[in-house]
Amino acid sequence: MADLLVATGLVVSYHQTRGFLSPAKPAATVLHGVDIRVGKGETVGIVGESGSGKTTLGRALLGLVAPSAGTVLFDGTHITGLDQRARQPFRRRMQMIFQDPMSSLNPRHTIGRILIEPILLHGLAIDHATALTLVYGVLDRVGLSRSTVDRYSFELSGGQRQRVGIARAVVLQPDFVLADEIVSGLDVSTQAQVLRLLKELTSEMHLALAFISHDLSVIRSICQRVVVMHDGRVVEEGPCEQVFAAPRADYTRMLIDAIPLPTVDPGWLNRGAAVEIAATA
Amino acid sequence: MAPQDPLAQNLLIATVPPIGFADAEPGYLLGTDGLGRDVLSRVIFGTRVSLTVAFVAAGLACLIGSLLGLFAGFLGKFVDALISRLVDIWMAFPPVLLSILLVAVIGAGLHSVIIAIVVIDWTRFCRVVRTETMGQAQMDYVVAARTIGFSNPAILFREILPNVVPVLIALLTLEMGIAVVVEAILSFVGLSVSSDTPTWGGMIAEGRQIVHEAWWVLAVPLVALFATVIAFNQLGDGLARSLDPVLRR
Amino acid sequence: MSEPRLLIDSLSAISLRDGGKPILRRVSLAVGTGEVHGLVGESGAGKSTIAKAILGIIPSQVKVTGGQIGFEGRDLLALSASELRAVLGRDIALVPQDPSTALNPARRIDAQMTDGLRLKRGLSAKAARQRAGALLDEVQIRDPERVLSSYPHQLSGGMRQRVLIAAAFGLEPKLVIADEPTTALDVTVQKQILRLIRSLQERHGTSVLFVSHDLGVVAKICDRVTVLYMGKVVEQGGTADVLTSPRHAYTKALLAANPRYDRPDIGLEPTPPEVIAALRAEIAAFDANNQGAPHG
Repeated sequence: MADLLVATGLVVSYHQTRGFLSPAKPAATVLHGVDIRVGKGETVGIVGESGSGKTTLGRALLGLVAPSAGTVLFDGTHITGLDQRARQPFRRRMQMIFQDPMSSLNPRHTIGRILIEPILLHGLAIDHATALTLVYGVLDRVGLSRSTVDRYSFELSGGQRQRVGIARAVVLQPDFVLADEIVSGLDVSTQAQVLRLLKELTSEMHLALAFISHDLSVIRSICQRVVVMHDGRVVEEGPCEQVFAAPRADYTRMLIDAIPLPTVDPGWLNRGAAVEIAATA
Repeated sequence: MAPQDPLAQNLLIATVPPIGFADAEPGYLLGTDGLGRDVLSRVIFGTRVSLTVAFVAAGLACLIGSLLGLFAGFLGKFVDALISRLVDIWMAFPPVLLSILLVAVIGAGLHSVIIAIVVIDWTRFCRVVRTETMGQAQMDYVVAARTIGFSNPAILFREILPNVVPVLIALLTLEMGIAVVVEAILSFVGLSVSSDTPTWGGMIAEGRQIVHEAWWVLAVPLVALFATVIAFNQLGDGLARSLDPVLRR
Repeated sequence: MSEPRLLIDSLSAISLRDGGKPILRRVSLAVGTGEVHGLVGESGAGKSTIAKAILGIIPSQVKVTGGQIGFEGRDLLALSASELRAVLGRDIALVPQDPSTALNPARRIDAQMTDGLRLKRGLSAKAARQRAGALLDEVQIRDPERVLSSYPHQLSGGMRQRVLIAAAFGLEPKLVIADEPTTALDVTVQKQILRLIRSLQERHGTSVLFVSHDLGVVAKICDRVTVLYMGKVVEQGGTADVLTSPRHAYTKALLAANPRYDRPDIGLEPTPPEVIAALRAEIAAFDANNQGAPHG
């Protein structure tokens, strides 16, 4: 499988702001040299707990955060360090779906406006009417009624908002989509619908998908490969089947073991206790 | 629009009470002042001065302060540091002193009242808008706009500004009320327009001296002032509600 | 079963805001002594309303229209405010969902923990602080003194939740309401917290009403479970029974929608429209039969 996105040695640090009288605090490094690759049409899961750096990794891949070291290659071209204008053609090909649709949809724009403007910006339609036709097509595909174009985000349910988020990400026909914890706030039945939709779309449109989540069960269900992150480093990566059947890193083992499956298992609570206490000391 | 000439003096009917009281004079609905001038007409003419100040002064302060606040909040770092320092230093000057100085330098008159208000109050807009803008800039829909490829000016004016406008409207109507009161104070001490033109503050100053014989000369402009400030606030609420889809739900 | 500690009988409630829409539809459940009882449902099912009803903190736009909450032979709904206050904190305690908002950021941990001990058990300040330290020890906090002197923001989420659990169990209540206590935590921390709750509960013989939307969590810690759909109990029984042989369509749908890392072939099944229609019909039929039910 050809690689679409290849990141090597990514290092991201945030500079702590210094107060007027206090000395400058040292920079906090969030990513310590991360490598990751996503093939064309492939779904890769990025899993980690809070503080693992998974969200920062996603943003670094999209160029929303500038790495202090390392490179990102998109379809063979270096996109790290490009300025706004040079990046513009790549923007259309790399899109993002956000965790909280409430804050990722402008509350004062209609859904129609949210979906039409990107189309017009990138010249995928010559006028408003043509763009609207494209938007209707996308809304049909994600299972939303056409009247949604006149609605505002607060008039929709959580699941509907997330579908709008997906619609926005795919309306530009990108090659790569980053999904950042997109089902974390949803009920399990809504989650199932949204993930199914995403799975269908990625296969129909041959999209490369980087799926960030803390939920290993969700990742197992939709990803082909998985990258396990802890403390800003990749501790393990490989095909899902392999990593789940025979995890090599202790942390991966601990993570898998901590997932409560909906089966009664009296020994589960006390299993692995010693390992955990040692690891989190 | 006024029933009588606000400047016409008629000592024969000086300090006549409003209609409904004893000794009232027909044609002079709210009575007359110490020089026989019709109170109602003077209040109406005074409205013109007050409203001019309200719209122009508040509008200019809003425009200048908001633009600077938007840039400071969105561009951050150097621009923000510069503008914030400016605001801090500016606010360190005592406002009353500043306005008196200004009027002394430029000379009394409506334009100096407006300039004084703008010069002092733009900082209020700047600070609030800066904070709001910074908050909005953190939102995911701004990140989404960036991901899609919108330019910085587009993001600032199309994504962020609509979400700052509700606060701005509230602040603007508040400022309009303040401007009217400031003008009244300045004309009370004689620093506003010339004494020919009737102003509410001027009327209050005159009315204060004859409050025992003709309380209405003081009361009427006070009520007008009060009512105007309340009206502005109501206007702000209504405007916000009709313009803002989020508030309309 | 011996006399249950908590006996909810036909509890009904409506929303005053939505024109009397039912929120709880004659919910009945029993929690025995030393039992961990799971209350499972998706958002809007009414689980937190039930928890709030027990604690007497139902919001003003919700009205209880019938039923009883039996605790130690008394109906909690019939108690006066002062009688209820005497029971809460002493015999019934709460482990809340979000450790970051449940603790006052402006007060130190020792102050917040000793509040309850001093008020409810009449301990002196010194004795209360000692007891607080002992409680932190019980929840396996390695340096209780440091934690007691800290402010909430200086502790991690898992640590804060341990403090809240210590505070809840520390008063040796008969019943603990755990309202989604691990939802805001990382999955590895969640396991530690679940283990902690279980061991504390076993040691003190506390009954626990464990509210959760997560079937997996409920499977690991609950002895019995009640499944709630739109305020109505659709299934109830031993955890193993309900999970391995669910009888109601909704329970089956929930299980089918849950992804599992050990079985990538199952899970992520969206609820079929026929099932949703059948569920709605069931609710509608219930509402029709219960028009004009007596107000308790």
